[in-house]
Amino acid sequence: MSAVKNPNPALIVGKYAALAFYLIFALFPLYWLLKIGLTPDALIYSEGTRLFPSEITFSNFTTVIFQTDFVAYFRNSLVVSLGAAFFTTLFAAGAGYAFSRFVFAGKRIIIALMLVTQMFPLLMIIAPIYKIVAELGLLNSLTSLIVVYTAFNIPFATFLMQSFFDGIPKDLEDAAMMDGCSRFQALCKVVFPLTLPGLGATLGFVFTAAWSELLFALMLISKNDAMTFPVGLLTFVSKFSVDWGQMMAAGVLALIPSCLFFIFIQRYLVQGLTSGAVKG
Amino acid sequence: MARIELRDVAKRYGSVEVLRNIDLEIQDGEFIVLVGPSGCGKSTLLRMVAGLEPISSGDFLIDGERMNDVRPRDRDIAMVFQSYALYPHMDVARNMGFSMEIRKDPVAERKSKVAQAAETLGLSNLTDRLPKALSGGQRQRVAMGRAIIRDPQAFLFDEPLSNLDAALRVEMRLEIARLHQKLSATMIYVTHDQVEALTLADRIVVLNGGDIQQVGSPLELYERPANKFVAQFIGSPTMNVVPVIGTDTGVTAGNGAAIELPDQPLTAQAKELGVRPEHIDVVDNGTGDLSAVADVVEHLGSDTNIYVNVEGIGSMMVRKHGNIPVNSGEQLGLRIQTENAHLFADDGTALRPVA
Ligand SMILES: Nc1ncnc2c1ncn2[C@@H]1O[C@H](COP(=O)(O)OP(=O)(O)O)[C@@H](O)[C@H]1O
Ligand SMILES: [Mg+2]
Repeated sequence: MSAVKNPNPALIVGKYAALAFYLIFALFPLYWLLKIGLTPDALIYSEGTRLFPSEITFSNFTTVIFQTDFVAYFRNSLVVSLGAAFFTTLFAAGAGYAFSRFVFAGKRIIIALMLVTQMFPLLMIIAPIYKIVAELGLLNSLTSLIVVYTAFNIPFATFLMQSFFDGIPKDLEDAAMMDGCSRFQALCKVVFPLTLPGLGATLGFVFTAAWSELLFALMLISKNDAMTFPVGLLTFVSKFSVDWGQMMAAGVLALIPSCLFFIFIQRYLVQGLTSGAVKG
Repeated sequence: MARIELRDVAKRYGSVEVLRNIDLEIQDGEFIVLVGPSGCGKSTLLRMVAGLEPISSGDFLIDGERMNDVRPRDRDIAMVFQSYALYPHMDVARNMGFSMEIRKDPVAERKSKVAQAAETLGLSNLTDRLPKALSGGQRQRVAMGRAIIRDPQAFLFDEPLSNLDAALRVEMRLEIARLHQKLSATMIYVTHDQVEALTLADRIVVLNGGDIQQVGSPLELYERPANKFVAQFIGSPTMNVVPVIGTDTGVTAGNGAAIELPDQPLTAQAKELGVRPEHIDVVDNGTGDLSAVADVVEHLGSDTNIYVNVEGIGSMMVRKHGNIPVNSGEQLGLRIQTENAHLFADDGTALRPVA
């Protein structure tokens, strides 16, 4: 009788098949984006449903980069997304720390209010937001988008950061304070390094949300030189036709910063950074 | 080195009072153990001494100077946490030298002190490891190293051994005792384990429900417990306590058996009689103060534990040194060593001969 412990080969094959199926399912739209971006204009309609185009061209990419305002949109998006991610994370880290560590009057009410803000459908608030921004004279400015995105993302980001702070044992700060730190020093030297995964996750979350946001960008920006990338994409749709090839090429290019960003923060997302802190 | 005083200290969380009327004077170099059941306020008291928890009322003094509102970093006290609280992102050497890093001591001095402490604690070949790559006992040592490197006025320990297995606990207990001898620093040690308390302490403070029950040397607490709580908390196995009716010359147990207690005045007020298992003698059936049936007998080699059923009283425990030839189910006579018996009044306070 052979050992029962040996895993069934059929099971292994099944496991990898399931993984492969999932990967193909998830990555197929991205492949299609790339494929259409690489297909010459003339072939788009004739070979629309073929898995591999019979001919490949980079002209869509060069056109998008050198002959459209794509680079400007791209830069605007970068400014807005980085700005929103930075400010949201900054405020959320402060608020999350307070929620995690301190008892203060009105804490429950503030948490409840933050939850309530998450319940309104966006469409309901668009008009008032437009009015506020207009009265502040911030229409068609990237600042308006940074402010709005920051405001919208803070509640969720705060809860996210709070849960990360909750995961850092309070004893560590106490120990640091016994070792001669002020509370602020303990925060910088002990809590902050351990919160890097949390900060990374929050930055990444807000960055991607801001990067792909369309509704507010469409409402608050109408001038071409302040457009962000998702709004800019719509300029590929003209009255009479849609320039699919260029639109897809632009889409592929737009994925690059998100990918780079995640590669960059990925090492901070590694779990288990606090293991070994307490107990055994 | 420091003399620590607590004067009528109390701690309240909102309207809940978790510690009250704490009066304690700790001498320079003394090893004080705070002992009590879980939730009685030991950690809270320790954290107030450390400065991590504000003191609700009363005075806290170090060497005669009021320190209530002094920040932890300015009290010059080191603390070893129950969870060890090692900084997970720093290696062993940096964990131990962190206080010197914060004080901006010269790097060379820091290195030599860390090396010295690591040597003392047997951690020399582990100094570049992260805490997660250490065993529980090693983490415990690093936590102690972090404290001793500072050469503080006083050490605080909050149940430092409770996460270790039994063998390691005994070893570390010895090491802490040695450390105290070597440093002769003031130490306050919290535990819920009375064996640790009895073995380590110069004086023990027994806490229960936020009140100090008794302060005294281990032997004082064992021989002259102030009340029923201390009597049952200190000493292992636990003291037998049985309800009795006080008479002029002794007490009468529930089954009508009269026990003469010539060494104990005030017997008339007695409501309960306490006898430690080691203070009951086994005698021939029909003689002695009580008659009993052996229920379970444990032969430990060095000792024999006999759980007995006493008619009209219930179960009691007897512990005798050496191997006693008693079998389960056997009829026994029990004689109480009256000079070692304790009497408790209605409210649990011990009745003592007036000295
Ligand atoms: N932050 C707090 N708020 C309210 N009650 C607390 C707080 N911290 C501790 N307590 C209460 O104080 C009592 C003593 O706690 P603690 O000192 O940790 O006990 P021990 O260390 O003796 O087990 C407990 O009953 C606990 O519930
Ligand atoms: Mg405790």
